[in-house]
Amino acid sequence: MPLKLLNNVFFQSIFLMSLLVVVGIFIPNWLVFVITKAIAYGLVGLGIITLMRGGLVSFGQGFVFGIGGYTAGLLGTQAGLTDAVLLLFISFIFTGFVGLIIAPLLARYRDIFFAMLSLAFSMVLYGILIKIDAIGGSDGFVLPESTYFGIKPSKEYADYILYVVSVIMTGIVSILLRYYYDSTPGLIALAVRENELRVEYLGSSAFNVTVLNFTIAAGLGGMGGALNGIALGHIDPEFTYWTTSGEFVFISILAGYLSVPAVFLAALLLELVRSFSGRYFPDTWQLILGVFLILSIIFIPSGIGSFFKQLFDKLKNK
Amino acid sequence: MIDEFLTIFLDGAIYASWLFIVALGLTFVFGVLKILNIAHGGIYALGAYSTATLVPIFYSLGMPDQLVIVTMLISALAVAIVITPIMERGILRRFYGQDEVLIVLVTYAIYLVLEDVQKIIWGMNSLYVSEPRELLGALEFGSLYYVGYDLALIGLAIFCGLFLWLVLNKTKSGKIVLAVIHNPEISGCMGVNINKVYLAAFFVGAFLAALAGSFTAPLISVQVGISVAVVIESFAVVIIGGLGSIPGAVIGALIIGMARAACVHKLPEAEIFIMYFCMAGMLIFRPKGLFQGAQARKI
Repeated sequence: MPLKLLNNVFFQSIFLMSLLVVVGIFIPNWLVFVITKAIAYGLVGLGIITLMRGGLVSFGQGFVFGIGGYTAGLLGTQAGLTDAVLLLFISFIFTGFVGLIIAPLLARYRDIFFAMLSLAFSMVLYGILIKIDAIGGSDGFVLPESTYFGIKPSKEYADYILYVVSVIMTGIVSILLRYYYDSTPGLIALAVRENELRVEYLGSSAFNVTVLNFTIAAGLGGMGGALNGIALGHIDPEFTYWTTSGEFVFISILAGYLSVPAVFLAALLLELVRSFSGRYFPDTWQLILGVFLILSIIFIPSGIGSFFKQLFDKLKNK
Repeated sequence: MIDEFLTIFLDGAIYASWLFIVALGLTFVFGVLKILNIAHGGIYALGAYSTATLVPIFYSLGMPDQLVIVTMLISALAVAIVITPIMERGILRRFYGQDEVLIVLVTYAIYLVLEDVQKIIWGMNSLYVSEPRELLGALEFGSLYYVGYDLALIGLAIFCGLFLWLVLNKTKSGKIVLAVIHNPEISGCMGVNINKVYLAAFFVGAFLAALAGSFTAPLISVQVGISVAVVIESFAVVIIGGLGSIPGAVIGALIIGMARAACVHKLPEAEIFIMYFCMAGMLIFRPKGLFQGAQARKI
């Protein structure tokens, strides 16, 4: 019985979420911030994982990351909406909607062409954003401080509260995604990855599955962008730049497409490497990041998630 | 009116030539090794830096001015000789046959490393080597003046493209490369040393990138960040033309070069994303680029 409970997604997530919330009290503030940013990046990575299950990798998730960030930012500055929970939710829905509109255009493409076309979308957005001076051009703009259900927390707790909110919201999203992955369209995606033509012959639509996956990925990316913007308190066109998109791809490759928590672990690893190398080697942090990327691809090509899966499979067989 | 048209045409042609030399290396490497190399932009920057270092040394030796072209070639060659074994033998060889996107990510990592290597070796300051640009004087087209060096770039691009095409199609070693492009396994069975072909192909690609860098160095200020734009623009070119196709790279470079020049003169606001529009527009009508043949599907 306890083992069965341990294998239940719902239980696992609640356990992880409460663990993170409690741990958050005891860890220093900078680490809370780093984890919040890792969650934001992880959300986008989760979107790419969703696409990867259908055999596609988007090199332009900066597109939805930016849209989500700017949605939250503009709602905050122009409409005066500062409730973080609401902002995250609206960004999720709105960016998902944008994703639904452009998905049919992208869903015809495969492999490197899909990656490049999505990259083109993100770079067009980048080009537009740096030209619009009304929203700060290439400097971006500052977001108003967030509130939570009408209450504005004092400065020292603001980071922690955002952290708790993001842990809970991400936890909910992760549970829903796990159920989606194991649902019929979620499993068809895996079949599309293996052999698209056979899936079509068997009467399912690879196109529809891809559109659905892209929409979900867009929503997740938007939520991640909003969270990143709120956490930083600042938004600029760099959100949509191709190097940012490259980091998302890295997170999802490092995690592999098998496990949801692995994505956040990969994102946290990336954030930690980045903050440490940024701190101790400010001039050469890209070099360290690059070497880290190469080494992790050489040594764990199938991703952290494959470790997790092996572990759980062993647990199940006992 | 005619002047304006001519300006756009010449600006476009110069820009397209530059773009073509970079994209030629990129598309060739993809054709042979099936690697879309983001680090190509990094090699380009190294070429520019090495020229910016070697050319002042050359002038301090007091040799005839015309030989500066040789110095620039040598600096491009040096970059290719240093970078090829490290990248191809050292890193990329481990990933042959794996997922294309995974390899793109590896080259992205190499690109990041190269960015910082430039900073470590050459620092954050801008370098200038404008002397070679004065070598060929100026040419007059009606009321327009063009620097001869810029126009010579067009010749260089045509030479590079023709040369590579001729070597591939008219020589024995070129045909071996074509065989490897077509099917590496069968070629291997026939006794072709595939590793050697891969190394040579990567060397040619790296040399072309460095060459573009070293011949662009006199036109720009060589500084941190020059590689970023190159990566995306040459990607757009090869995507438009079809990956791995030399004629495709010609057309792609011309489309983007002309579109960009037209934008600079007529609609400067759109300059930044005109090439993405070209790329997206082309992909919508020809999902695999202009010069990509039909491919068999695995059922």
